[in-house]
Amino acid sequence: MAVLDILVYPDERLKQVAMPVENFDSELEAFVADLEETIRAGPACVGLAATQVGHPQRIAIVDVSVKPKVKTHGRILLINPEITAWEGYVVGREGCMSVPDYTGNVIRAEQITLETFDLSGNKNLYQLEGFEARAVQHEIDHLDGMLFLDRLVSRRNDLFRRKTYK
Amino acid sequence: MKNWYMLTVVGKDRPGIVAHVTSALFDGGCNLGEASMIRLGGNFTIMLMVQHQGSVKSLQEMLSSVTESLDLHAHIDKIEGELHHHVEPDVRITVFGADRAGIVAKITGALAEAGLNILNLESDVGGSESQPIYVMHIEGCANEGIESLQSALDVVTKEGIEAKLTPIETLIG
Repeated sequence: MAVLDILVYPDERLKQVAMPVENFDSELEAFVADLEETIRAGPACVGLAATQVGHPQRIAIVDVSVKPKVKTHGRILLINPEITAWEGYVVGREGCMSVPDYTGNVIRAEQITLETFDLSGNKNLYQLEGFEARAVQHEIDHLDGMLFLDRLVSRRNDLFRRKTYK
Repeated sequence: MKNWYMLTVVGKDRPGIVAHVTSALFDGGCNLGEASMIRLGGNFTIMLMVQHQGSVKSLQEMLSSVTESLDLHAHIDKIEGELHHHVEPDVRITVFGADRAGIVAKITGALAEAGLNILNLESDVGGSESQPIYVMHIEGCANEGIESLQSALDVVTKEGIEAKLTPIETLIG
């Protein structure tokens, strides 16, 4: 196991579109263990994609359980993840291990349905919302060569969470 | 490469102010840092970090033809240019109500006492001339916790001002 180096923008490798995982083998298992150790080494970090450590495969880990008052499924392993349904939208603040000392507002779907595979190649389904759904969307963006910088909306006069009128 | 200055520019709004000011600085060999530029009540205002190897006087001279031709007032202060140390806000407060004197003083006074450090404040006067409304957005750090700020706000909002506090949960991924 090892803590991997995290690429920092403007490293071109952050713009690569990652390739799907085809072999669910011990090599995959070892990489996921390293990725997990790397995410645990970043105290405020709630997600990390393989792209960020220069490994262009569709793998990421999300774990928002360090945040208090946030709905969480614990650690979610993303392998060849697909978002199959979206609902609602919300503006929230994001930063990134690959973009130090900057945060900005980004619009994300409020609820998503996620299809992903585990280490044995079995498909898992998740219904996610809020902060956790945001984290998954942020990581899948990395796998598509996108950073939150590509999705920034103005800090001024932005649409914050709307009051729900009943 | 230190030598940072804060350049403040104010003038009646017209197209091209930013382009002309920043071109003069670029031509003069300056580097720009962080900035806030906005139109306030028909005036255009600039607060701009400028890195310049010369003195306040040489920076003033560099800008003199632009400020004269566009009728701008410029002011320059020597500053510490502390980049790459952003402080992240953890709370956002939106305030609105019928405009009257004292809203900002009352709200920010209560919030300061409850531990708020303001990082960013924007406000507008909207509505009509006969019925103006005041809208203010504040982002900052709740140094004594969100609950403390909420209690402070609950007191001032009883006085006819509407205020909403939202925690900012920054996602780092």
